[in-house]
Amino acid sequence: MSKVGVSSRLDTALGWSTARNAYASRAIRLVLCVLAILIFTGPLITVFSGAFDVNRDPTQLSVLPGNPTLQNFEEADAKNIWGYFANSLFIAGGALLLQLLVSVFAAYAMARKKFRGQAIIMLVILTTMMLPEEVIAIPLSLVIGDLPVVELNLRGTLLGVILPLGAWGFSIFVMTEFMKEIPVELEEAARVDGAGELRVFWQIILPLCRPALAVIAVFGFTMIWDQYLLPRIVANDPADYTLTVALADLRSDIEVGPGIVLAGALLALVPSLVVYLSLQKSFLRGITTGAVKG
Amino acid sequence: MSVASEATAVPGETKAARDGGVTARPPKRGKYWHRSLIPWLFLAPALLLFLYFKFIPMAEGIRLSLYKVQPFLGDIFVGMDNYAAVLDDTAFQEAAYHTVILAFGQTFGAMVVGFFLALLLEGQAKSLWFVRSAVFLPVVAATAVVGEIWRVLYFPDPNGFLNNVLSWVGAGPSTFLDHPDTSLVSVMVVGIWKHAPYDMVLILAGLAGIDREQYEAAAIDGTNVFQRLWYVTLPALRPVITILLTLAAIRGLRVFTEVYVLTGGGPAGSTSVWMTTVFSRGFEKNDIGVASAASVMLFLVTFVLTVVVQMWRRAREAR
Repeated sequence: MSKVGVSSRLDTALGWSTARNAYASRAIRLVLCVLAILIFTGPLITVFSGAFDVNRDPTQLSVLPGNPTLQNFEEADAKNIWGYFANSLFIAGGALLLQLLVSVFAAYAMARKKFRGQAIIMLVILTTMMLPEEVIAIPLSLVIGDLPVVELNLRGTLLGVILPLGAWGFSIFVMTEFMKEIPVELEEAARVDGAGELRVFWQIILPLCRPALAVIAVFGFTMIWDQYLLPRIVANDPADYTLTVALADLRSDIEVGPGIVLAGALLALVPSLVVYLSLQKSFLRGITTGAVKG
Repeated sequence: MSVASEATAVPGETKAARDGGVTARPPKRGKYWHRSLIPWLFLAPALLLFLYFKFIPMAEGIRLSLYKVQPFLGDIFVGMDNYAAVLDDTAFQEAAYHTVILAFGQTFGAMVVGFFLALLLEGQAKSLWFVRSAVFLPVVAATAVVGEIWRVLYFPDPNGFLNNVLSWVGAGPSTFLDHPDTSLVSVMVVGIWKHAPYDMVLILAGLAGIDREQYEAAAIDGTNVFQRLWYVTLPALRPVITILLTLAAIRGLRVFTEVYVLTGGGPAGSTSVWMTTVFSRGFEKNDIGVASAASVMLFLVTFVLTVVVQMWRRAREAR
């Protein structure tokens, strides 16, 4: 980067001064930063305060709770909010585990093997990325109600949401790219020692993939937690809803004030925030690598 | 893989590996026959799930789009009639218009806001890292949750949260989602709010990749900050930004959750997009044939556009 002796003003595109005595520049930047934080986290902070505040209508919303209480959560409990939350957690856990397994298996074949038809499989995976739930929602809801050949009805089951999320092209791609980088000598050495296919996979390749696993885990979780249409079309009745889907029903329930909706929103928000804050580096790495790959 | 591995293997083993065919591996109790099966076993779970939950539904969707679908009475083949019905339908025409406006407005708006955020937050300081992390939070929140939150903030009373904020700066009150004149813009603002920090991260990566010697050269030439942005920074970022912008806009054509949660397509259809119209046709009015035809059309449009953009990108990178 910049050579020694060059002004630090050249370190950023806008030429922000980092000098201690550049008060004006520093003050402007500070104000703008505070403004940015307010705009982008303000709505989320409002959720926290709204969830713990007594408010019967949305005009009483404020950034800090005036009258802290757990009442909203007690009332939300009567509306089965913990049941929805449990649905969400089961689906997220099950689908994420399945997605990770499916992705590492598929990526192992794509990255470490050469076989006839590989290019076609690559194309197949690419195509699936252009078939998100939205585009196939209607036939998907019919297929989930009656799986061809095996003749299973997954309507109203957690599996009905988990299985369609089990294979995700993005995860397979990220994993494949990463596995390609692992030096073949490591694999060779293990094979010379007589390691079989599964041992090479579990004991040599997979442990080296930990950074990529973190990336696809955090992206997979976010993608699964973001699902809206799929749990909605799989559900038989509102008891099957995930928390994110149930929020809309809570809101249109006239007995329910905004405090209870916000309590639900807060519950739905917390897992995303926990995952993001604990795996932040992987998240940012995933964005920049994923974007370049397309 | 096998080419590379043969090259690196010990000479004595290379021959055996070539006999084995697929992978470089020392001979072991004549198990060659299943070597070619191994990749397929590893791929099987993914392919099975894709088959059941992507390709069968896709095929079924294409089939349904050609039929008048009647439960219990039996489907009747109607050829392209459903497609004609979609094209003729003013609801779909309006939805298409809103979808394009929303997709491009959101994408472009998010990119501009993301660009300014990136300029503001570029740097190595720990405090800047903290601000970046905070600003990024909307990206990880689930879309439906974001929609619910903004519905509450947008409460169209003069005392609603955002109207209060607007009144501090002497603006408003606005009807936000509640009136056809302001609803589409209000939906767009939520999209920009959620996606701008994502673009910020990408642009920050782009900014970090700009050679500092170019800034030095610009400084020697006596440029001011704006000239430097215009002549050095923007041209350096442009290749990345153009492609991201186009791909994001194409993805934006599939917008559903934000709109469905925020407005459900209303008021008076002023925010209806393609997917909310498909949803109400298919699941509320049970017009499966027409809804399937509209879904297939959306897929074809996004597919063709994506392929064209990727080809254009390849061609440019090859140059």
